[in-house]
Amino acid sequence: MNPAPSVIIFTVLSGMGFGYLALLGTVHDYSGVAALAHWFMGFFLATAGLVASAFHLGNPSRAWRAFTQWRSSWLSREAWFAVLALLVLAPVALSAWLGLGLPRALGWLGAALAFATVAATGMIYAQIRAVPRWHHWNVPVLFLVFAVTGGCLLAGLRGPAIAALVVLGAGMVLHWRIGDGAFARAGSTMGTATGLGGLGQTSVFEPAHTAGNYLLHEMIYVVCRRHVPKLRALALILAVALPLLAMLFLPGRYGPYVAVPLHLLGALAQRWLFFAQAEHVVGLYYGKR
Amino acid sequence: MTCLPGKTDRALGLVIDLDTCVGCQACVTACKGWNDQGYGVPLSDQNPYGSKPSGVFLNRVHSYQVQPEVAAPMIVNFPRSCLHCADAPCVTVCPTGASYKRVEDGIVLVNEDACVGCGLCAWACPYGAREMDADEGVMKKCTLCVDRIYNENLPEEDREPACVRTCPTGARHFGDLNDPQSAVSQLVAARSGYDLMPEQGAKPTNKYLPPRKKDRPDQASLLAPLLDIKATGFAGWLDRVLGKI
Repeated sequence: MNPAPSVIIFTVLSGMGFGYLALLGTVHDYSGVAALAHWFMGFFLATAGLVASAFHLGNPSRAWRAFTQWRSSWLSREAWFAVLALLVLAPVALSAWLGLGLPRALGWLGAALAFATVAATGMIYAQIRAVPRWHHWNVPVLFLVFAVTGGCLLAGLRGPAIAALVVLGAGMVLHWRIGDGAFARAGSTMGTATGLGGLGQTSVFEPAHTAGNYLLHEMIYVVCRRHVPKLRALALILAVALPLLAMLFLPGRYGPYVAVPLHLLGALAQRWLFFAQAEHVVGLYYGKR
Repeated sequence: MTCLPGKTDRALGLVIDLDTCVGCQACVTACKGWNDQGYGVPLSDQNPYGSKPSGVFLNRVHSYQVQPEVAAPMIVNFPRSCLHCADAPCVTVCPTGASYKRVEDGIVLVNEDACVGCGLCAWACPYGAREMDADEGVMKKCTLCVDRIYNENLPEEDREPACVRTCPTGARHFGDLNDPQSAVSQLVAARSGYDLMPEQGAKPTNKYLPPRKKDRPDQASLLAPLLDIKATGFAGWLDRVLGKI
């Protein structure tokens, strides 16, 4: 699948932002200007991601319609969860800043909605059976673990952040291991795609068209696959290993300052791979994956 | 609503005969020609006369080589378009309600005025049936020529999809696949019509008829009995007499 920058930035930033907002709404009790700064950061990340996501739409002015199909569409559910989470958490943020003393339960509700948003983002990909690497429960789980890890790092929660980083490292490796065999397990081949497999070995004789098209550009993206081992190592080192060292050995508040930018870079690398490595079964018609 | 209707009254669709298709691309051209001026925005082309042309097509014809274990390889021409699936995964993912499956005839359509152009439906389709229009930012797909098949302004023989109407070898058939008595259903039954990628669970409506097996070199020719001519009448008498001399 084509790793569109807008979608990569959206999933990484808003995932981190919603994870952070969830922690601010529950375990943290900043007050005054400190609260304002932290909450602003959370809202900025979450909404910047949402705005970025609008850039890959063909008709962004119709985006309001995306709220109508929550009964069947995970993309629609994500839109609802995101807006509800931001609406519920806004008074919580105000209360923390101005000391209004709103009940903590509202923060927990907001946190639940924030995590639901991230899970829905994961489900948008996991629901797509035609991309076997994505069609697995580990995808929304990995998105959630990324959100929790990013949130813990931003919040400077040393112990939870270290635990989350360890889980994230294991999760990334598991995600890759499960994903690598997914296409073969799905059982789709050029033989089943054309139905000619029973007659003999099927191969492409002539392409349907000699120039590119939307399918080739959007779903049959085969650039940079040979760099996968290097990029995986880079993603693991940047998103997990270096932030872990920073949180373990740097004194006090300096850990997060070093860990957050590194983790963000690693998360972007992982998300780039998430798209670039995902193979759509339509590639079988073109003899490509 | 992008929830699928559990059951449709009819299941209009195509039956494509891979034994007969000669890969002439006439259906591709007819499809593009009709849908340039009918339902929804025209199918736009980008840089059509330049070095890197591209554009939207709702029907594309591939060509495959099939190598059986003990026979000469076969070339199979393979038209690919929307299969109007019963469990259409493209419909349920749509966030705006632009994609829908009609209850009355099972046709999967896009209401282009409501399409936000997110492209998720094209991701969800295993068959590559949907292509985004780069000019208008809306998703295009086969409409089964919904603006032809019910169009009373057209002569009756033209009330079928443009690809079917134009096919010079009769490789494309159109009808109701829910009705076991329909010509297309009987064709599917007689020729063992099959689904593409059944493992993807989309339950496609369109069916494909497999190419018939080709003769093998060591097999006796079907014409052999005709070559064994028994002369009769005068020629027969001459044959017998000459044989005895």
